[in-house]
Amino acid sequence: MADVRTETMTVNMGPQHPSTHGVLRLVLELDGETVVSVAPTVGYLHTGIEKTCEQKKWQQVIPLVERMDYLGAQSNSLAFCLSVEKMLGIDAKMPARVNAIRVLVAELQRISSHLVWFGTHAMEIGAITGLLYALREREIVMNLNEMLGGFRFFPSYIRVGGLKEDIPRGYKEAVKAFLDRLPGKLDEYETLITKNPIWMDRTRGVGVISYEDCCKWGLYGPIARAAGGDYDVRRAFPYCDYDTYDFDVIGASNGDVYDRYLTRVAEMRESVKICNQALERISPVGAWACDDKQVVPPPKDQVYTEMEALIQHFLIYSQGFKVPAGDAYVPVEGPRGEHGCYVVSDGTNRPWRVHMRAPGLFACQALHKFVVGGMIADVIAVIGSLDVVMGDVDR
Amino acid sequence: MTAEEILAAIAPAVPGATFEALASSDSAMTPSLLVSAPHIVAACQALQGPGLEFVAFSDVTAVDFYPNRDPRFDLVYHLVSPHRRARVRLKVRVNQDVEVPTLTALFPGAGWPERELYDLFGIVFTGHADLRRLMMPDDWDGHPLRKDYPVQLRKDAQTYMPLQITQEEFQANMERDRYQRTTAKPK
Repeated sequence: MADVRTETMTVNMGPQHPSTHGVLRLVLELDGETVVSVAPTVGYLHTGIEKTCEQKKWQQVIPLVERMDYLGAQSNSLAFCLSVEKMLGIDAKMPARVNAIRVLVAELQRISSHLVWFGTHAMEIGAITGLLYALREREIVMNLNEMLGGFRFFPSYIRVGGLKEDIPRGYKEAVKAFLDRLPGKLDEYETLITKNPIWMDRTRGVGVISYEDCCKWGLYGPIARAAGGDYDVRRAFPYCDYDTYDFDVIGASNGDVYDRYLTRVAEMRESVKICNQALERISPVGAWACDDKQVVPPPKDQVYTEMEALIQHFLIYSQGFKVPAGDAYVPVEGPRGEHGCYVVSDGTNRPWRVHMRAPGLFACQALHKFVVGGMIADVIAVIGSLDVVMGDVDR
Repeated sequence: MTAEEILAAIAPAVPGATFEALASSDSAMTPSLLVSAPHIVAACQALQGPGLEFVAFSDVTAVDFYPNRDPRFDLVYHLVSPHRRARVRLKVRVNQDVEVPTLTALFPGAGWPERELYDLFGIVFTGHADLRRLMMPDDWDGHPLRKDYPVQLRKDAQTYMPLQITQEEFQANMERDRYQRTTAKPK
C-alpha cells in the first residue's frame, strides 16, 4: 500500500450530461468522492437574443424574450411588457380584466414550469415515475397555451398594451377542469415522494445555503424562501393587482434540497388558489387590451368598415409604435425568482437596449456554495433543486 | 423612498463623490441615482447602512449610447432592500478606456454579471478575481453588445481580422445603409 495515490481528480461533467438541464458544464475537482471545487462553464446556448432585440420593433421582441427562459415563457413576456408599458405610461389604465387574465396565465406558467422541475428533479434522484406523472399534467397546461395563442410552448399571448386577443370560448372551463384536477394529483405525487425515506436521505441537509448568502449572491425566489427569506416580488412590489389576491408566501427554514422541494410543491398549490381567484374575476365579455389607439390595433370589425381604423392598423403593423425615451425595470416573480427586463428606449420604434435579469445565472454562479464539501452524487440533487434553465442563463 | 431621501442619507457617508438624482419613468418604485465611477463601492456600502438596508444584490448591466453620447456606457446597478420593500438603481457613466472597481467584495453575486459585461461590452473591472469571457468563446474577437459591433451593417466576414470596426468604417456603413434605403428602387 505504499503507492496509494492521494492527489485530487478532475472530472468533467457535461455539457451533454442529462442531469445538467441542458448544456451546463461543470469541472469538478474531487478528493475521493468529496467535491473540493467546482467551476461551472456556461455560454453553450448563447444566441445573442439581447442583441437581436435591438433590431426588432417593440412588439416583435416578445417572441424573442419568451425563448430565453423557455419553461417560464410567459413570465419573460410579462416582465418585458410591464416595463414597456411603464415607459408608455399606460400601466395605470390597464383594465382589471386584462390584469386578471395576465395573472391567470402567469400562474399557469409557473405551475407548468414547476411540474417540469418536479419531474426532472425526481427522475435525477431516482424516482422516474415522477417525471411521467408530472409531464402528464403539464401536457394539459400546454393544451391551454395552444388554445390561447396557437402555440404550445411560446404562446406570445401577452402583448404590449394588453393581450393578443380575448380568451377563446371554452378556455375558462378548461382551466377550471385543470385546477380541479391538479391538487389531487399533487397529493398523489407527494405520497410518492415527500415522506419517502430514500428521498429524504438523499435531500435533507444537502446543499444548504443561508439567507444572508442568498442576498449577497443575488438568489431570490424559491431558493431564498426555502432558506428563511420572505421576499416575493408579488408581495413586495405588486404588479397586475397581485396585492388584491389572497395567497401565502411559502417558505421553509433549512435551506437544503428537501426544503426547496417542499417550497416549490407548496407554491404550486398557492398558484392554484390564485388561479381560482383570477378565474372568478374574468368576466365573460370585456376588454382584453387598454384603449390606447397608438399601441393597440383597432378591432377587426372597425378595420373592415372604417378608413381611419384601417390606416391605424397598417401603421401599427408596418411601423410599430414609438416609446418615449427613458428606461424602466419592473420586476415580476418568475418561476425561478425575480425576473425583470431592463428596457432602454431612445424614442424610436425599436428598443435601444433590452436586458433580462436571469435568475438562473445567479444560481449557476453560486453553485460552489451548495456543493463544495459534499459528495459528488449530491451535485445532481443540488442542480435539480436549483431549477436552472440554460436558455435563461445564456440568453 | 425617493431619490432625494436616499441621496441625503448616503451623501455624507461617501466623501468626495458626486451624486445626482435622475428621472425615470419607474421612479415611484425604483429611484435612480448617478454615481461617479470611483465611488460606486463606497456608495453601495453606504446604502447598506441603517435606515436603508439595501443588502440584496439584484443585477448589474450596461447600456451603450455610442455614437450619441460621450462617455458612451451607462453601468446600471439594481439593489433591493427586501424587508423595507424598496429598490434603488445606481448608474455610472464611463467610457471604454475607464476601469470600474468591482463590486464582488461587497456582493459576490456581481461576479458573473461583471464577467458578462466584460465579455459583451469590453468594460474592465479592477479587482475582479476572475475576469474572463462568460458567454462568448475565449478567443472571440470584439464585444458583441457594443453598438459599433456589426449586425445589420455590410461587412464581409473576415475571421482573420478584428471584428470590432473603427469609427470611420462605422460612419461609412451608416452612410451607405442610409443611401441604399433612400435610393432603393421598387422591383
